Amino acid sequence: MPNKNPNAQTHYVAALEETPVETVDRLDESQKARSTWADAWDAMRVRPTFWISSALILLIVIVALFPSLFAQVSPTQCELGDSHDGPADGHPLGFTRQGCDIYARIIFGTQASVTVGLLATMLVTFTGIVVGSLAGYYGGILDAIVSRIGDIFFAVPTVLGAIVLMSVLPERTPVTIALVLSLFAWPQIARIMRGAVLSARNSDYVTASVALGVSKFRILLRHVIPNSIAPVIVIATVSLGTFIVAEATLSFLGIGLPPDIMSWGNDIDAAKSSLRTNPQVLLYPAAALSVTVLAFLMLGDVVRDALDPEARARR
Amino acid sequence: MSQTIIEPVSESADVSNEPLLQIRDLEVGFQTQHGIVPAVRGVSLTLYSGQTLAIVGESGSGKTTTAQAIIKLLAGTGKITAGQVLFEGRDLSALSEKQMQDVRGRLIGYVPQDPMSNLNPVWNIGFQVEEAIKANNVAQGKAARQRTIQVLQEAGLSDAEDRLKQFPHQFSGGMRQRVLIGIGLSARPKLLIADEPTSALDVTVQRQILDHLGTLTRDYGTSVLFITHDLGLAAERAEQLVVMFKGKIVESGPSQEILANPQHPYTQRLVAAAPSLASRRIQSAKHADGEGADIFSGGSLDTTLVARAAEREAPPEAKDLISVQNISKLYRIRTKGLRYNELLAVNDVSFGIKKGTTTALVGESGSGKSTVAKLILQLESITSGQIEFDGQDVAGLKGAALLKFRRRVQPVFQDPYGSLDPQYNVGNTIAEPLLAHKIGTSAERQARVRELLDQVSLPWATRYRYPSELSGGQRQRIAVARALALKPDVLVLDEAVSALDVLVQGQILNLLTELQTELGLTYLFITHDLAVVRLVADNVCVMQKGKIVETASTDEVFDSPREAYTQELLAAIPGGNFEFGR
Repeated sequence: MPNKNPNAQTHYVAALEETPVETVDRLDESQKARSTWADAWDAMRVRPTFWISSALILLIVIVALFPSLFAQVSPTQCELGDSHDGPADGHPLGFTRQGCDIYARIIFGTQASVTVGLLATMLVTFTGIVVGSLAGYYGGILDAIVSRIGDIFFAVPTVLGAIVLMSVLPERTPVTIALVLSLFAWPQIARIMRGAVLSARNSDYVTASVALGVSKFRILLRHVIPNSIAPVIVIATVSLGTFIVAEATLSFLGIGLPPDIMSWGNDIDAAKSSLRTNPQVLLYPAAALSVTVLAFLMLGDVVRDALDPEARARR
Repeated sequence: MSQTIIEPVSESADVSNEPLLQIRDLEVGFQTQHGIVPAVRGVSLTLYSGQTLAIVGESGSGKTTTAQAIIKLLAGTGKITAGQVLFEGRDLSALSEKQMQDVRGRLIGYVPQDPMSNLNPVWNIGFQVEEAIKANNVAQGKAARQRTIQVLQEAGLSDAEDRLKQFPHQFSGGMRQRVLIGIGLSARPKLLIADEPTSALDVTVQRQILDHLGTLTRDYGTSVLFITHDLGLAAERAEQLVVMFKGKIVESGPSQEILANPQHPYTQRLVAAAPSLASRRIQSAKHADGEGADIFSGGSLDTTLVARAAEREAPPEAKDLISVQNISKLYRIRTKGLRYNELLAVNDVSFGIKKGTTTALVGESGSGKSTVAKLILQLESITSGQIEFDGQDVAGLKGAALLKFRRRVQPVFQDPYGSLDPQYNVGNTIAEPLLAHKIGTSAERQARVRELLDQVSLPWATRYRYPSELSGGQRQRIAVARALALKPDVLVLDEAVSALDVLVQGQILNLLTELQTELGLTYLFITHDLAVVRLVADNVCVMQKGKIVETASTDEVFDSPREAYTQELLAAIPGGNFEFGR
């Protein structure tokens, strides 16, 4: 260029030592390989909330499986004479109106509550994933029918539907409650799954697999579902807590578990008559319920943060 | 062609000796969990009034960060850790946020990169331009509306008055970019920072916008700071050039001098890899001297890309491997209720590809070139016409026959971030086609994965990696390896190098050429970039609005284009005929 411009600048070249040239696009082999799940694990591992909630959940599960390890006193051997007595030796939380040990009843009631929560969550998650992914992936008439059926169930509030159905069922056990609850709760998971599958279905890696000659069902199993499942896992962890609450609600209303099956809901129901005179009878089972639900909600929160790509990008 | 001579763009009469912008030893860092990560390391540059300066570099080189540091709009946790930004002698890095607001827009205008996301979709265009005008106190009330119309007209929207009430989604990409340029220049700033202002646009639109920007800034004596990855654009539009690499300046000075005679090895490499119309087809290194060239070795790119381009043996005359006859594709787009709009995406297209050759399908966005790829890959069904592969009609293939066809014709897609399953490690990704076609035992598949990784020059250790840990170029090499797993005859490359930096792009093109010679592959190369076509294709089909307007050998198309549209496309390539110093 003719140097007419007085402001034309000189040609500067950086010293090679300061700006070493590297090979084009070489793989950085110093880093360890990481999958999405390993990344999520790393993100969860450093959160105290994760360890606290996991420890609580582990404890709750052990209590549910082996209640007799934690309470030596039988929850059903009640002395009416102890009615509404305060804490005594071997009975740290005192007695109910019937003279039963409150601590033992909470420990033995864990099983029913946790069974309902876990079972309902598993049923809902499984049904939701299967229905949602089939509807989202295959689309068309199947999607239309399944989505409308889901809408019908979605329109009925879970607890209201469960109240109606439970009141006509001949047998009321943790399993029937879980079945009834999941009957009204699966559309939520199915909807989320369907949405996630719809976006994964249109991704380039699915098109690439089609062009590679991978079969349609295999693509669903191996590519679409693994890439859509993260939001479902998040909702499932959170809903576990809500199912435990729903069981307690139903039992409180008297149409959940029958009185001879110990559960926190039943205990809360039984305590309502002595609320003013002896509130600890209500307080302890309610606290057990709250801590359990809180543990699952906290875990759900950590899992969501770990799996949510936008939250991950912010880190 | 009109763009044969490249002139220095702005030789403004208003030349003072005081620099308008002077950056001294600028350092920018981003705060992370592991401390401050430097992004810009000791950058100094000077821009005089009326000059145009281009910062070029690959993604991650710190060029956008430098520009954002000038107007203190650093993303996220970024902050200036050292150095000065002197604008008319005033240090901007020491100004308060309030004082900066006064500088932004009024003294320094900014045109962002992506016209699709930088206009607010809920406000009409008129409102958004007027907002900028009012905020900078250029005019208020009725006068502001008048000024809005004037600004948009200047930016090249002739019917601006009627379009004020329209919303961004009613504008094309080029029109939106004009609006953004209008907003950037609305307060007559002394400096305009344009961050990749045209990289999302078609070449012909890009040329109009750049011409327009040139005229506007020349008229007002505005200095322009361009940020671009396109060396041709820098050669054509900027007098000063700054080359950045890993946050540092490696070379700066008069742009044409640098590009004609690059001194730093990195600049030399960039320049060597920049495709231009003056390039020739890449020749296989194995073809030329009988031994494999290491695509990593520093000097190999320029030699393989250009110097060895002497002559390519004419491919043996043979029957067409793929023969496309009069194919059309009609899409029915539902509008209201049961009514449909018909869109003829591909209109009566015919061409043939001979075995072992590369045919490029070139066109701008919406020309139907990707639809042709999908039709050939049998991912969409053709409305009429016939596609023959190896003498067999492929339309309506089913079951085992379709599977057999898929084995022989493999695709590589545009987006290296989307075409690999993020949940699969590299080894499983490459092995997937083998598994799907039930080929070999587990050990044999492992051996094949190893061989494929070797072919795309990635170490064996890569097999445990996940796509998120790899760069765009590395992912694209994985995609090529996966496509090659079944030993196909044809690769359909749909914009396979468009998203990559120029050096990486050169590396992939080189790799593709090597593989073609080694394995006798046939390529259908779909791209919008004519300069790349020159490097890889034997034959070219130019598409416009669903039709092929010109079919010829690459040399014919580039040396003597017959159709006006082809000539227009060629003329629009920035710095197309600039003789880069190799």
